[in-house]
Amino acid sequence: MIADPIREGIAGGWKIIDAAATERDLTLEADVVIAGSGAGGGVTAEILAQAGLSVVIVEEGPLKSSSDFRMREREAYPQLYQESAGRQTKDKAITIFQGRSVGGSTTVNWTSSFRTPPGTLEHWRRVHGLSRAGAADLDPWFARMEERLSIAPWPVAPNENNDILRRGCEKLGLPAAAIRRNVKGCWNLGYCGMGCPTNAKQSMLVTTIPGALSRGATLVHRARLERLVVSGDRVVHGIARGVAGPGSQPGAGTIRLVARHFVLASGAIGSPAILLRSAVADPQDLVGRRTFLHPTVVSAAVMPWAVKGFEGAPQTIYSDHFLDSFPVDGPVGYKLEAPPLHPILAGITLPGHGSVHGNWMRDFTNLQVVIALLRDGFHPASSGGRVQLRDDGTPELDYPVGEVLWDGMRRAYLSMAEIQFAAGAKTVMSLHADGVPMASWAQAKAAILSLPMAALHARVVSAPVMGGCAMGPDARSAVVDERGRHHHVGNLSVHDGSVFPTSIGANPQLSIYGLAARMATELAGELAPARPA
Amino acid sequence: MPTRRQFLKVGLASGAVLAGTGWLVLRLGGGKPAPGRQWLDERAAVIVEALVPAILDGSLPREGPDRATAVREVVEAFDRAITGLAPAVQGEISQLFSLLGLGAGRFIVAGVRSSWPEATPEEISAFLSRWRASRFASLRAGYQALTQLVIAAWYGNAASWKAIGYPGPPLLASRSP
Repeated sequence: MIADPIREGIAGGWKIIDAAATERDLTLEADVVIAGSGAGGGVTAEILAQAGLSVVIVEEGPLKSSSDFRMREREAYPQLYQESAGRQTKDKAITIFQGRSVGGSTTVNWTSSFRTPPGTLEHWRRVHGLSRAGAADLDPWFARMEERLSIAPWPVAPNENNDILRRGCEKLGLPAAAIRRNVKGCWNLGYCGMGCPTNAKQSMLVTTIPGALSRGATLVHRARLERLVVSGDRVVHGIARGVAGPGSQPGAGTIRLVARHFVLASGAIGSPAILLRSAVADPQDLVGRRTFLHPTVVSAAVMPWAVKGFEGAPQTIYSDHFLDSFPVDGPVGYKLEAPPLHPILAGITLPGHGSVHGNWMRDFTNLQVVIALLRDGFHPASSGGRVQLRDDGTPELDYPVGEVLWDGMRRAYLSMAEIQFAAGAKTVMSLHADGVPMASWAQAKAAILSLPMAALHARVVSAPVMGGCAMGPDARSAVVDERGRHHHVGNLSVHDGSVFPTSIGANPQLSIYGLAARMATELAGELAPARPA
Repeated sequence: MPTRRQFLKVGLASGAVLAGTGWLVLRLGGGKPAPGRQWLDERAAVIVEALVPAILDGSLPREGPDRATAVREVVEAFDRAITGLAPAVQGEISQLFSLLGLGAGRFIVAGVRSSWPEATPEEISAFLSRWRASRFASLRAGYQALTQLVIAAWYGNAASWKAIGYPGPPLLASRSP
């Protein structure tokens, strides 16, 4: 029997409130209220609780743990993802996989752990005026979080889906390397995206959130922070409401949150949405702008042998060749990785319907897939999207894709097809509404060059969301300063991926952990200077 | 069937309406779920039942009770899945079904002449292909929504796994009580 640390903690007396099951109004008081329990909120909660501060964590998603993680897509997606893993940009052209449970996206991510690339940090210094975000500034914080979350090289051989990416790159003389992972005693099952059933993944759910709860923090789950009530330059209190499911409207009971300080860590769609709903001072109209995805295009290959992309750690090999071979603000570069293959995920990503689609699904076992994550936000003409509020107050991301991104996507289709053929693919298809199976690299080149690149023709997905509450020293161009403190409201901070001035150019979890660790440590120093840990 | 020229003409007109305002808002029926359903009303359920054999052509069991069970379960899973989408998106899908549920909407915007229960899979597949390649992003989005919901509803069902060689999730022997 695999131990479930969450159920054990609940039995041991952790303070947990299920807001959707609570009809009556509540008032909760704490030193600090944190909205969100993902990478930023989890790290912040543990560090503040360790400093002796009282903490309330408000999480929109449910509290689910290893006993609930049954490795079935049709249960996991509605339980653990925003909008059942069907969240899309305003024009429906990009599907966004974003977590929505305690632990946020860290509960469902694929464990890829990268420090923020030096080229990204250098761009932030040069173009966005950041003075405390150099590698030398952040490395100690990355090291601290790597130790906390067991981030290390993974000694096991990659699964065949990843190894084909490695071998294809090797044949073409392109550098490829192993991805470090945040796991401890991983069983190599391949179901990271549906919640780790063995608690090997060192997500916030099994590390920092328990760390905070065991020091007396309170977790309110299935509760959406509706708005902050601001008076002058202070947040006076927050109002949250219970939300039963991803498709539900908030319930009637309200939770009044009273605190000395408020930290937003609801992700790069959620945090700007709270600021917008609260009409927090934003004289330069910055909130929600420059929100970034890593717009991702996909290439599928049928190999002459079984690949079984559903088995084994899902994402273990990468190549940065097409990031490193361009200037950071030049033609848009892309990171190459491999995804897990499960029937729903493969089914909704493969284009077409009827027998065309069915034929690809029949080759499911031999299917090999490479993804290209585009680094948005560096080229002067790629300024990302904008988080806006719908009439019902929920956020939506307007993300028009411009010519520089379409150009990058077409080059990415070419790179991926060439690698797949080099590794021995029988046929390759760019996942695009007009994609057709291509039998050779020569044929692929011609076919890809003629694909119409436009919204809802190319199939575009994305996992991480970044930006929208950019940090920077200047209140005219940034929402928060480099400590994460809001430029106009004294007791308000943002500690999540929304503070990034651009996308990261790598899976961002470790970037968020490191930055949030520094922000939280500094905040703890200000709020609890004299208290012993 | 309307001629290609006619279709393009009405397609243009309706596409312009759709592109300008999002899905054409038609308040019909009130959208109360049909008995035993969580979201789909009677009219929408009939449309989904008609779409399933076309979207999953060649992937469903060929005939007999297995096929009927599969179609029924796909419609049920489709119904459940919509309740997990953002309320605003549920509203958009509701408008899409309202449009397709009207005889005129079915004929003019989808180009399907027969009523949904009588339309052949070929007729429905042709309508889907037109939407997939449409110059109007809203029709391409409609294609994406309908096909992805049906495909997810089928491949989430263990009955679909054998044919694609997916063994299902591993059994964690040590976790059974």
